[in-house]
This record gives sequence, structure tokens and C-alpha cells, in this order.
Amino acid sequence: MTENIGTILQWLVFLGMAFTSILASLLLITRKNPIHSALFLVLNFLCVAVLYLLLQSQFIAIIQVIVYAGAIVMLIVFVIMLLDLEEELRSGLKLFYSKVIGSVLAVLFLFGLIYSLAATSLKGKAGSYTPEKMSANVKAVGEALFTQYLFPFEIISVLLVTAIIGAVILSKKRS
Amino acid sequence: MTIPSVPPALYLVLSAILFTIGVVGALTRRNAIVVFMCIELMLNSVNLTFITLSRFLQSIEGVLFAFFVMAVAAAEAAVGLAIFVMIYRSRETINVDEINLLKW
Repeated sequence: MTENIGTILQWLVFLGMAFTSILASLLLITRKNPIHSALFLVLNFLCVAVLYLLLQSQFIAIIQVIVYAGAIVMLIVFVIMLLDLEEELRSGLKLFYSKVIGSVLAVLFLFGLIYSLAATSLKGKAGSYTPEKMSANVKAVGEALFTQYLFPFEIISVLLVTAIIGAVILSKKRS
Repeated sequence: MTIPSVPPALYLVLSAILFTIGVVGALTRRNAIVVFMCIELMLNSVNLTFITLSRFLQSIEGVLFAFFVMAVAAAEAAVGLAIFVMIYRSRETINVDEINLLKW
């Protein structure tokens, strides 16, 4: 029984985080006030960060909290406060049917995804990064990022510079 | 008896559910910022898929892809929110069904 305690704990953490994140995302798309939506988005990001820890990806979990739950949601909340939005009114009948059809298609897409998961098992050759090697996660990520994937890394830096310049030019007042 | 640990399929189902909720939100909400948050939710759920497969196939490429997706999401946030501020300045609204200048 003692060897099962770790697994039981894993299941409990997984189920708790899964239900909390689904609940938070459902509340995110149903709240009228955008600030509440942003806070539920933070809750969802934190739950997913805990799931990353459960999957032994400490690096991505920390980056998730810093970049997503910190920087991006801070930007969103800042813009919501800047724009002084009124509460969203329930939309009229103008777009009603397109929304219903779109939602039904999205749910069908979910069923397709779940069916594809149930129909096949995980295929593919297992790589060399065993859980023991992944326990030094940051080191492994850094090694791969700065040797084999150096070029995509540089391209990402160019993309970020472009985004910064674009944001500055867009929000500049026209004289 | 030993209890099996959490199978990868459950993580993938969770990520599919989060993705679908994001799609439904992006399709049904009018406020452009909430639509934007739903898009972030979808990117995040795809990241969960990457990390899950990276863990269970024992490869590090999934982690790196999640890293790149996060960088793209940050760039998208900066540019997208600047666009929202600019649209609000000129049209006084960011409801997506009222911004229809490009519609014919």
C-alpha cells in the first residue's frame, strides 16, 4: 500500500487541477465583466502550470507562471482598464444562428479528438530523455536550445523585436 | 495491488476539452479582449499536449515547441492589444460584430 501513496497523490492532484481548469475556462467564457474573465484566465494558467510540474517539466511550469500568468494577463488587464469598457450586452439575434452552429461544430470537433484518442494508442519511438534525465529539466532544455535549435531560437528573438516595434508604432499618436 | 499512474490519454482529453471551450468562447463572445483571452486559452491547451507527448515519448522537442509557442503568444499579445487600443481610439468600441469595415 505504501508504494501506492505517490500514485494516489498524483491522481488527486491531476483530477483537482483538471476540474479546476475546466471550471475556470467555462467561467472565463461566460462572465460578462472582462476583468473577471482575465482573473479566471490566471486561475486556468496556474492549474495548467501545476499539471506541467506533474509532467516533470519544471522549466515550462515556471515560464508559464512568469510569461502567461504574469506578463500577458497583466497586459490584458492593463488594456481592459485603459479602455473603460461597459459590460458586454447579450448580443441580439443578428449573430445568434452562426454562434449556435459554430459551437455545435466545436463540440463535434471535441468528439472527433476524443474518438481519435480512444481509437489509437501513443505511437512513436521513445526518445532518449528518460524521466531521470528530465529531472535536470532546465539544463536539458538549455542544451537542446543552444545547440540543435539555435536557429529557431534566433528567429524567435527577431520575431519578438518585430512585435515590440510593431506595438510601439501602432500605439503611437499620429501627428 | 498497484494503481496505474495517470495515463497520457487523460491529459490529452483535458487539453482537447480546454481547446474546445476556447473555440466556443472565441466564436460566441463579442468583446474582442475576451476573444483574445480565448485564443490564449487555446494556445495554452496546445502547449499541454506538447508537454504531455514530450513526457510520455521521452523527447525534449515538445518542451522546446511549447517554449516557442509561448514566445509567439507574447508577441501576439503585444501587437494584438496595441491594435485593440488603436481601434478603440478611432471607433469607440471593440465589439467584434461592430468592427466591420472590411466586410462587403
